Parts: sequence; structure tokens; C-alpha cells
Amino acid sequence: MLRKRLISCLDVRDGKLAKSIKFVDTKDIGDPVTTAKKYYEEGLDELVFYDITASSDKRDIMIDVVSRVAQQVFIPFSVGGGLRTVEDCSKVLLAGAEKVNVNTAAVKNPQLITDASKAFGAQCVVLSMDIRKVPVTNEIPSGYEIVIDGGRTPMGIDAIEWVKKGEDLGAGEVVVNSIDADGTREGYEINLTRTIADAVSVPVIASGGGGKPEHLYDVLTEGKADAALVASILHYGEYTIKEVKEYLSGRGIKIRMCY
Amino acid sequence: MICIIDYDAGNLTSVKRALNYLDIESEITQDADKIINAERVIFPGVGHAKTAMEVLVNRGLDAALKRAFEKGAPVLGICLGSQVILSRSEEGDTECLGLIKGTCPKFKLSDPSLKIPHIGWNSVQIVQRHFLLKDLEPGDELYFVHSYYPRPQNSDNIFAMAEYEIEFPVAIGEKNLFATQFHPEKSGPIGLQILKNFSQWDGSPC
Repeated sequence: MLRKRLISCLDVRDGKLAKSIKFVDTKDIGDPVTTAKKYYEEGLDELVFYDITASSDKRDIMIDVVSRVAQQVFIPFSVGGGLRTVEDCSKVLLAGAEKVNVNTAAVKNPQLITDASKAFGAQCVVLSMDIRKVPVTNEIPSGYEIVIDGGRTPMGIDAIEWVKKGEDLGAGEVVVNSIDADGTREGYEINLTRTIADAVSVPVIASGGGGKPEHLYDVLTEGKADAALVASILHYGEYTIKEVKEYLSGRGIKIRMCY
Repeated sequence: MICIIDYDAGNLTSVKRALNYLDIESEITQDADKIINAERVIFPGVGHAKTAMEVLVNRGLDAALKRAFEKGAPVLGICLGSQVILSRSEEGDTECLGLIKGTCPKFKLSDPSLKIPHIGWNSVQIVQRHFLLKDLEPGDELYFVHSYYPRPQNSDNIFAMAEYEIEFPVAIGEKNLFATQFHPEKSGPIGLQILKNFSQWDGSPC
């Protein structure tokens, strides 16, 4: 039986591990390669690297991080942040990533999803979405709006409409980042995650707000997520991967137990 | 020396990196002669069956792989490499290498909550002993990402199964050929152990 996945996101700024709260107030908290290796050894199921500075001159630093991680971490990992073209995607894949996460660039140019999906396969293309709760309007009937540029630019696009389009264009997985829940550690946005999971038939990764193992349980059951993404609770050493997994397993979630 | 067949498919370099980490010598190559004379061959791949077959045929690598297999070199197929060794694939209705009789159907599941591609860690049940799987414990999980799966005609070719609404073969083999639908190079320590076992395998089943 397929397991639920525990994924950790490492935000990388200038080659260092960083963590933000509600997308601002970013602090450096360590070395991404050392952290990746530690999490791999502790039984993490998958990694995401997010290049939060992402300008093209910083890209080389990121490629170097990806390449160093790929030499010693043997679980799947994806890279996102500032990937604008199929060539950008190709570089991180060649450096050792399995998948690419596209976000802002895909909203601005949806053809990127199709082109990357054709070039590397749908399994390789993860559509990452930053979503904010807004009042229900004709334009945003679900009350969830797509925001780009690292949480800065609201697009007036309904998140449910966008995720369906993303799936049709060739995304093989989707990440639901709730801006409202990001860094709060008060729990995932369950309603949003479930609404997305009901709207598409590709795997859904819940992100933003995971503060304790109970939150992961909730989003993997009630929120219908296939995977839960965590950052703060692991990065600050509040819980170990083993503790999170044992909690979930103890409550009947099928998850890979490997350490 | 292990030759990793280069036919422009994904994940060649991740296999190479895993072998480097294990200190196992390998080379990514599209040189047919090297493949024919290789001590061992890995046939990896993420991609589309039809495209894969076209590239293999264009480069003469289909014949090289068959020849290496006939000469008795241990061969390991991974993911797409476990599919195109069968007779046909439903993906693009493609005629494949035919090293093992069978087909590659796409998952057709009745439960709408089950996603395709089948992505993630799934537990694997051994149904027939094999040297490469000797360290696998019941319930061990391996990493998958695929929409099609290998279905050999003859159950003697099936070594391990997994469940995703249906039971489906995930490790198949014939003589000195072994192939996994899962990705050992991305399956953590247990996956690396399978690659290590391959590097020590003499080509007989046990």
C-alpha cells in the first residue's frame, strides 16, 4: 500500500538554509547540504529545495547546493524558485534533482508547465501554488486566490481554477502553500487542501502551518493530502522525523518507517 | 565496470551518483561495443516508452543490449528499463525489446482517490527469491514514480509485487536480467543495498 509522505522544505538563500514567517522576516539557520543529509539519514521521504533569492546570478550557488546534495542523499528531491524556462529546469535536473517546482513563472507563462512536462514527463513537474484566503467574489468563487512573487503579488486568479488548469497542462503533482498558515505552526489550511485534493487527480502536497504531528495527521486525513511538508518543526529541532512518523503511524497512517 | 546505457532518458545521472557513493565503478555510455562487452549493464530510465525505443533503435543500442544479455552479463533495468524489456507497452502502443514476454498496461483504478502516476513509497512483497532482493525485509518500502507497470506473461518471471488497488509486478527477471519498477537509486539505504547486490551478482537467480 502506498505510504503518505513526509517532505521537508529547505529554503535556500545565498547557499544557506533560511526560514521565513508568513513569507517575511527571513533568518539564516544552517547549511542546506548538512541538513539534507541529516534528514535523509533520519528517514525523511522527500526533500524540496526552494531558492528564495532565485535571481539568475544566484542560480549557480543553487546548482552547487543541488549537486552536493545529490551526491549523498538517495531519496527524491525537487527544486523550485525562479525556474523560468525549460533550460532552467534542465540545469537543476542535470545537477541531480528529480523534479522541478514551478510557481510564479508558471502563472505568468502557463506554457512552461506544458513544455517542461513534455520535455521531462509529468512526474517531473510540480506545480507549486501560494494561496491566500480572500472574500468570495465572481472572480474568485472559491475564496482562495493565487499570489505570486513570493507572496507579494495577488493575481486575481481563483486557486481551484488554476490548479485544474495546471493539471490539464501537464503538472504531475501540486503543492498547496497557504500563505495565511505559513510559519504560524498553528496547523495546515485543511479546507483549502481538501478543496484542491477534490479538484484534481494528481498527488497533493500540503504546505504551510505544520507545527506539531497532530497537524500532519489532520491534513493527511481530513485534508486528503498525499504528503505533508514541514519546515520549522524539524529545522528548529522541536521534533525529530522519527517522532513525527511514530506519532502518525501510531494513529494508523501508513508511512515509511526507516531509520 | 558497469555500463549505464545512455539513451537520453531521465535519471541516468542519479544512478551514476548512487554507484559513485557506493564506490562501484560505472560509466554512462551510448557506445554499442562497450555495452556488448560490459561486465554488467544498467538500463535505467524515466520517460516515454515510444521515445525510448526510437532512441535505442537509432543508436543501435537495442541490439547491443540484447547481445549483452545473450552473452550472460548481469543486466539491471530500472523503471522504464523494466518496461521496455517486455514485448510491448501500451504507452504509445510501442513494440519493445521482447527480452521477457509480456506487456506494460497503464494503471486502471476504480478508486478515484488513488492518484496516477503512482508516486511515492510503497511496500514490496517478495514472491520468488532473488539475489538482488536478499536483504529486503517484509514490508520494506521502495520509491516509485510511474503510470504503467510491467506484466510478464509467465509468472515465473515475477519476483516481487506491490499493491495499489491491484497487485502488480514490481521486480521481474529472466536468467541474467533483472528489472525493477521502483527506483533503487532513490529508495534510501535499502535501495542502495539492491544496487550493491547487483554489483556482486553472478547472473544466476539466487
